[in-house]
Amino acid sequence: MQKAVETEAETELIQRFLAGEREVFHDLIRPYERMYYRQAYSILRNQEDAEEAVQQAMIGIFTHLSQLTERDKFKQWGLRIVQNKAKMIWKRRRQNLYESIDEGSSDGSGEMTSYPKQYADWRELPSEAAEKREVREAVRMAIAELPEIYREVFMLRDVQQLNLAETIEVLGLNESVVKTRLHRARIMLRESLSPIFAKPERSVWERWKGMNPWFAARR
Amino acid sequence: MVRCKTIIAHLSEYMDGDTSVEMRQKIERHLRGCQRCNAVYDSTRKMLVITGDELVFEVPDGFGDRLHSFVDSMLASSESH
Repeated sequence: MQKAVETEAETELIQRFLAGEREVFHDLIRPYERMYYRQAYSILRNQEDAEEAVQQAMIGIFTHLSQLTERDKFKQWGLRIVQNKAKMIWKRRRQNLYESIDEGSSDGSGEMTSYPKQYADWRELPSEAAEKREVREAVRMAIAELPEIYREVFMLRDVQQLNLAETIEVLGLNESVVKTRLHRARIMLRESLSPIFAKPERSVWERWKGMNPWFAARR
Repeated sequence: MVRCKTIIAHLSEYMDGDTSVEMRQKIERHLRGCQRCNAVYDSTRKMLVITGDELVFEVPDGFGDRLHSFVDSMLASSESH
């Protein structure tokens, strides 16, 4: 319900913008600007480039808004523009860095494992986990290491919390492709984060007690 | 009995509430009896709580201000044209 009201307000803002009230552009992008930044950052992995991508996307949105036919899909459309600008900047940077490196193997589909290898239970941590800097870094790194086709789906669904339909619209892929990639992304990411979050079999204290002759003698 | 491989293949859909009732029941029955799959399921769930946290991809201080002043200059230059 709330969502429908928001979409209606947004459609009205678009209408006003197109009618010449240019300054409502600020209000139009405000609900999404943080999302734009995160999406760009996940592709470019540095602040300066991510901000540049978002700014360029603003020009794109500003210039082409009149061509948006489904006005209730501004969120998906805008994110798609951000995504494309970020990819363009990424390509440009890469060309500058390594002119001749072949990137043919970057989709990672060939090395897909069908069944997880890590089974250890994870510690009870989710609610406060993200408050720890090292946890945030580990998660960002692991996401960054996903092949691009998996990373973009994962970012939209499980970081930006878009629903399936919205994710499909941003990426312009079909449903089964999005679902398969999301599934693989989750499995790969869980696999790569497991060593960090797995419960140690025994605590350091327990192990120390086991090794220490004084404790050992008292058993 | 459904095999572990089948469970894992449907795990993502299951977590999104996107499986048939029949498959959901099969998965739930399996998870109750299989420690390994249950550990995979439980840790995937925990992972998604963490990755969904806004803090993971922090937006830098002043980002909004910089963006809106960029928008201001964009709007100003579009009017002068």
